[in-house]
Amino acid sequence: MIAVEKITKTYGSSVVVDGVSITLPKGGVTSIIGPNGAGKSTLLSMVGRFLSADSGTITVGGLDVTKTPSDELAKRLAVLRQDNHLAVRLTVRDLVSFGRYPHSKGRYTVEDERHVNEAIAMLGLSGLADRFLDELSGGQRQRAFVAMVICQDTEYVLLDEPLNNLDIKHAVEIMRLVQQAARRLNKTMVVVLHDINMASTFSDVIVAMKNGQIVASGSPAEIIQPDLLSQIYETEIKVVPVGSRLVAIY
Amino acid sequence: MLPEVRRKRVRAIVALLSVLTVIAMVAFMTLGAKGSWSFILSFRGAKLAALVLVAFSIAVSTVLFQTIMENRIVTPSIMGFDALYVLLQTVLVFAIGAGRLSAMDPFLLFLIEAGMLMLFSNLLYRWILAGAARSPHLLMLVGIVFGILFRSLSSFLQRILDPSEFLILQDRMFASFNAVDTSLLGIAGVVVAIVTVIILRMLPVFDVVALGRNHATALGVDHNRTIMFTLALISVLIAVSTALVGPVTFFGLLVANLAYLILPTSRHAVVLPVATLIAVVTLVGGQVILERVFAFDTALSIIIEFVGGLVFILLVVRGAAR
Ligand SMILES: Nc1ncnc2c1ncn2[C@@H]1O[C@H](COP(=O)(O)OP(=O)(O)OP(=O)(O)O)[C@@H](O)[C@H]1O
Ligand SMILES: [Mg+2]
Repeated sequence: MIAVEKITKTYGSSVVVDGVSITLPKGGVTSIIGPNGAGKSTLLSMVGRFLSADSGTITVGGLDVTKTPSDELAKRLAVLRQDNHLAVRLTVRDLVSFGRYPHSKGRYTVEDERHVNEAIAMLGLSGLADRFLDELSGGQRQRAFVAMVICQDTEYVLLDEPLNNLDIKHAVEIMRLVQQAARRLNKTMVVVLHDINMASTFSDVIVAMKNGQIVASGSPAEIIQPDLLSQIYETEIKVVPVGSRLVAIY
Repeated sequence: MLPEVRRKRVRAIVALLSVLTVIAMVAFMTLGAKGSWSFILSFRGAKLAALVLVAFSIAVSTVLFQTIMENRIVTPSIMGFDALYVLLQTVLVFAIGAGRLSAMDPFLLFLIEAGMLMLFSNLLYRWILAGAARSPHLLMLVGIVFGILFRSLSSFLQRILDPSEFLILQDRMFASFNAVDTSLLGIAGVVVAIVTVIILRMLPVFDVVALGRNHATALGVDHNRTIMFTLALISVLIAVSTALVGPVTFFGLLVANLAYLILPTSRHAVVLPVATLIAVVTLVGGQVILERVFAFDTALSIIIEFVGGLVFILLVVRGAAR
């Protein structure tokens, strides 16, 4: 379970995350949607202990993220951030191997090797494993970073816009992967998405943010509503049922 | 590049550098020797040991500094670390007097100086580097300003110093590669050995820190604490090299960037030894060629600084700061 209680973050005079409280149950896929600047990444950064909140508490699986030793937390929680600049030159395999660091502390075992190979294969990077990251396309690089997070093999996984730069095939593959991790391995997956239809299709819960607050949360059927979405995105959005799914049209 | 190809290349580089190192060392010990062998061996042996310690200290401190700063242009000496060491020495001579300073236990003195350097690097990081690290150009500017400040302060104090005291100070500070202060050899050796053991244990941590603050945090490394601790190690190494041969500005930059250039990996387990070997070959080999072959005396530091300075300009122009 991830419990966020009255979390506030301000930069100067602008309140970026405004007293947010929310509880995400263990197991399942939660999508966070909302316009640019809504505070999604900021909230995720505080859950991932990259950023300290001005007030409020956050616990992940019962561990307070500000008080738990960072290396303990790294075995339970993996985070993909929106911006992944690297100062060093690494191959895909090198990068993905770092995902094992919290468990092996640099002494890689056969077990770690297996995790690395699995993650590389899962993200369709087998043919690219020995390429340097700067020799990849934007989408391939994005998949390499997702592979690193998957390789960390934690109960809780936060992904900030994992579908950035991805084509439809790979976007759907990653969302399936996220869904399977939640279904089969009972992992708690939290994903920030801009594609409402991906959120509609693959999530158990959708959380909608705007202006640093949570404006709505619930099942896809509750959130994928024309009025609500139009108000959140300040754009006219229609919703059409297709089969068992709700599809937003804009 | 395939892992197997990369591994072979690393092995070839290490083998080649090791051979060059051995050749340089043997040449250093034997070339142009006249008179009693036992005297020559012990005299040159001490000098050789000092050069190796200096090479190690400069190479390792530079690579580690660049890792924690995520920047391949700044080095501890460009940030004014060794200028500060000289300032500390000057202040000590000024406050205590050169005579009493020379009478002090050199080990104690070294510890005091290294300790003060650690304190400085810690404060510098807290106040400035943590914020400036985001802008490499600001970082360089801060370093250059600090360097000028420390050097001007030193030369101001030196000017108002008693001439005889100044001579003693000059002896301590303007040691060059062929006038190594071997009296500190024992301490330097012990300190370097301890630092080496610590660094060996931390190699995987450095690899993670090189990924940057956010990735390191995500992987469970306490970034701030690791950086503070690494800065302390770097300060000790700078103290060792400055105590032995005096300040050297661009040598670290030169060997670190050569290592990055020829290596197909950025793992510290490989980069640190290779940068050290390059430093040893350059220092010892350069000394042999200049001193024994061409019979120049103080030229090595000038040549190294000149080439290192060129590399620095090249890196700045090429924009490797980002
Ligand atoms: N370091 C900072 N200093 C000042 N303001 C910031 C800082 N970081 C973020 N902000 C502001 O906080 C607000 C929320 O940013 P955040 O990155 O959380 O948005 P987001 O919902 O992730 O948006 P996007 O969909 O574009 O990724 C934005 O208005 C942004 O300008
Ligand atoms: Mg964002």
